[in-house]
Amino acid sequence: MMLFAADPLLVGDFGWDTLAIMLGKVVIAFALLMLSVLFMVWFERKVVSDLQNRIGPNRAGPWGLLQTLADGIKLFFKEDLVPNKADRFVFGLAPYLSLIPAFLTFAIVPVGGDFTNNNGVVPMPGGEQTYLQVADPPIGVLLFLAMSSLAVYGIMLAGWSSGSKYPLLGSVRASAQMVSYEAALGLAVVAVLIQSESLSSHDIVAAQQGGIVNWNFFATGVVPFFVFLIAGTAELNRPPFDLVEAEQELVGGFHTEYSSIRFALFFLAEFMNTVTMSAIIVTLFLGGPNGPILIDSLGWFFPTFWFMLKLFVFLFTFVWFRATLPRLRYDQLMDLGWKLLIPISLGWVLFLGAQSIGRDRGWNSIAIVAVTALVFAVAGSLLVAAINTAKADRARALEEDPEGAHGRFT
Amino acid sequence: MEIVVFFISAVIVLSGGIGVVMAKNPVHAALFLVQTLFGMAVLFILQHAHFLAAVQVVVYAGAIVILFLFVIMLLGVDKAERLDVDPIVGQRLVAPLIGLLLFAGLMAVLVGATEFTDWSWSARFGDFGVDTELNGRPGAEAPIATDRPDVNQLGERLFTDWVFAFEITALLLTIAVVGAVVLARRITGELEPIPEAEDLWVRSRPVAADADGDDAVADGEDVADGDDAGDAADEKADA
Repeated sequence: MMLFAADPLLVGDFGWDTLAIMLGKVVIAFALLMLSVLFMVWFERKVVSDLQNRIGPNRAGPWGLLQTLADGIKLFFKEDLVPNKADRFVFGLAPYLSLIPAFLTFAIVPVGGDFTNNNGVVPMPGGEQTYLQVADPPIGVLLFLAMSSLAVYGIMLAGWSSGSKYPLLGSVRASAQMVSYEAALGLAVVAVLIQSESLSSHDIVAAQQGGIVNWNFFATGVVPFFVFLIAGTAELNRPPFDLVEAEQELVGGFHTEYSSIRFALFFLAEFMNTVTMSAIIVTLFLGGPNGPILIDSLGWFFPTFWFMLKLFVFLFTFVWFRATLPRLRYDQLMDLGWKLLIPISLGWVLFLGAQSIGRDRGWNSIAIVAVTALVFAVAGSLLVAAINTAKADRARALEEDPEGAHGRFT
Repeated sequence: MEIVVFFISAVIVLSGGIGVVMAKNPVHAALFLVQTLFGMAVLFILQHAHFLAAVQVVVYAGAIVILFLFVIMLLGVDKAERLDVDPIVGQRLVAPLIGLLLFAGLMAVLVGATEFTDWSWSARFGDFGVDTELNGRPGAEAPIATDRPDVNQLGERLFTDWVFAFEITALLLTIAVVGAVVLARRITGELEPIPEAEDLWVRSRPVAADADGDDAVADGEDVADGDDAGDAADEKADA
């Protein structure tokens, strides 16, 4: 039944121990995500307060570590309000639609395993062997893209079903933003796929073993990494792309009308998405559990340690973004997505494709780079010319009729 | 095993399809459509077509239905339909007739293309729990090869045998996008410039000397900076 078997756990007969290991992996992944959310909320508040010269949470537990737990308990016992004009069924459904994709994406992330000597296979008690990831489906990264496109539903339906105007505005913004940035996100992933020639997350990590230069960060030429990081931040609706819940304009955005445990679910999903996105970035671009230094002792310890370390760097980066960058205006957001990120990542995919074919056919690599630079220059100047023409049109209209055309803005 | 999964997802697909037709609220109908698409994705995986399943979710559920919802919300047609008025006269009579005709056509195609000679239940579906020959029948030339990923097989066919069809489709889609932009952006009357932030600030002040206007711009920037660096994290966690 199972074809081109990926995980060695599923090769051979399917017994009780196989089932136990699978369930164990699911439970551990679930617990890991929940714990990381507890930690992440505390970490974010602490780092932001440090960066703003405040103290931050320091009451519950040592260094305020249990603050999130206290907040969670508080939310749990608050009154659960459903607005009068809400669509009750969808209103109840939306938090779960937001939470489940966040969980499912983490299933494809390899969190450990020695890829240098053992191809990521880890021996288990009972004589079985397995990868340290919940599942290794043949579609791998596509599952991540599918889930990130499904995450839109939670936000969109939450805003619509609240029956109130601010949430609706927030959710319309959200869907436009997430659909726009998905294109750039997908193109950045394509660059990785060209490099590793497989969709499976395990194969992508395996292709990056053997030292830092093999990491996709360098192997795909840095550009896709930054495109992915920016588009990923936009996909998460985190600052500076948090127009979805812009406090100063939309009260709380799509979750304005939510309270109690339903709000807690949105909150959970948001932070879980942050952790998952960091894990995906580490998997796609930074070699996953592959370490910069090859240390063979302690077997299972170092790959997981490297993974967690890299994950932590990105968690910090996202918090840093939040504390440092001011929110983008809506037109700036769309400009960045459509006029910069998508053209650049599209061009880069073509470049990587040409390189890949060139390697097969034995073309001159300098010629490829030269032709690429030429094409980039021509296409770039065409794009800039088009944008400038549109701007000049607007400026002329402004000059001809300085009052009439936009009197409504005064 | 396969037949059990098939029946469960068939129920999901069919109930979703019925829901799309029966739901009075367009948003609910769109959600039922998502349910149907998910059931279809499971059916694809059952046929070892993993890539099609993923694309089904990414493209249909993730983009097209989102677009439906977007339009429904923007146009504000998300209200329950009034069922006591017929938008088209005689609609209620004609609809079941056409439906019946479509169903008959579908059945004709299905029966005509099926290779079964033995029409007993066990020949068609096998006993429960037994791996049956549901792969790619009827209509497909052969079941999908299971020794390597279907993405590779699909990619190979698309970029060798069907490369012209593939590229013509891409061209067609590009033309459609350009056409849509041209139609949607046909400007009637005055061009409306996008205002810069500074323009807005200056214009919202009573008209004064130029030097004053410059000061106002500087003030505005200061205010904006202070706002954005606020304690967003704390507000959220406390909410």
